[in-house]
Amino acid sequence: MLDLLKQPWHWSVAGVIIGLFVPLLLITGNKALGISSSMRHICAAILPAKIPYFKYNWKKQSWNLIFVSGVLIGGWIASHLLANPEPIKIADTTKTYLQTLGIQEFGALVPTDLFSWEGLFTLRGFIFIVVGGFLVGFGTRYAGGCTSGHSIMGLSNLQLPSLIATICFMVGGFIVTWLVIPYL
Amino acid sequence: MKEVKDIDTLDFETRNQPEEKAEKQTLASQLKYLLLGIGFGIVLVKAEVISWFRIQEMFRLESFHMYGVIGTAVVVGIISVQIIKRFNMKSLSGEPIKLEAKPFSKGQIYGGLLFGFGWALTGACPGPIYAQIGTGVSVFIITLLSAVAGTWFYGLIREKLPH
Repeated sequence: MLDLLKQPWHWSVAGVIIGLFVPLLLITGNKALGISSSMRHICAAILPAKIPYFKYNWKKQSWNLIFVSGVLIGGWIASHLLANPEPIKIADTTKTYLQTLGIQEFGALVPTDLFSWEGLFTLRGFIFIVVGGFLVGFGTRYAGGCTSGHSIMGLSNLQLPSLIATICFMVGGFIVTWLVIPYL
Repeated sequence: MKEVKDIDTLDFETRNQPEEKAEKQTLASQLKYLLLGIGFGIVLVKAEVISWFRIQEMFRLESFHMYGVIGTAVVVGIISVQIIKRFNMKSLSGEPIKLEAKPFSKGQIYGGLLFGFGWALTGACPGPIYAQIGTGVSVFIITLLSAVAGTWFYGLIREKLPH
């Protein structure tokens, strides 16, 4: 059983489990799945700075902060207790292409040549880690949700605005992947 | 101030949460969200959707994996929501389950594109950023801080942005 759990989970199994978080959260406490709002609550809790957008009772949304703390702990459990001993198997075409960009480390879930403390202090690493992170925070709040809030929760409720948001997430990702990353 | 309030209603994720009058915020009541979060974090890692490589594969259309995960999740979510609506299901505390529609805003286009740029660069949407820190790639703490800074900056300038 443990060996089964340690293997990478098939997309269909993972998809079913992720999808079930929609009804699980609704039934547990009438909560809509959504991760990116946690970052708004962090701003409201730490540095509201009299900005109207951060003036609300974030403590009422504390479930969301507790949920994302759980996600962090889950990340630890999955990578320490349920770790896959094999390196991640990505498509050969992707691997060959990434090698032409100078990426050499394919053992972990992320290329450690880009995502490391040493990498952070290079221009390339700064763009991937810091600029990328900033765009994730700014963009999700502007869009009113992220992959979980729009693409999973919103689409599950058949909301057209969430479909528009999801299409834009993908278009944005295609633009950077094809037109920007090759030159970084 | 009036206008600010109007924009506020666009923020579904916060707006959709009903007042928690019935549910006291006891440690026990919060523990279930911790457990659910742990489960969510485990599946994000084990499905490898937090992998920068998997996100590159997805945007380069070289693997079905990510499309399979997200597509299956949406189908399961749609069926679940339909069942909840059909049977007027209630939450554990007995309240009727409420699902409010997100109104359209131009932010879904502009913000969506900007998030897409960031998703391709970091290889992580917000959930995976937290999970990635948990797996021990500690530099993702910087990604999280940048994302919080981006969120804060949005709050600062949002009244000047088209919505």
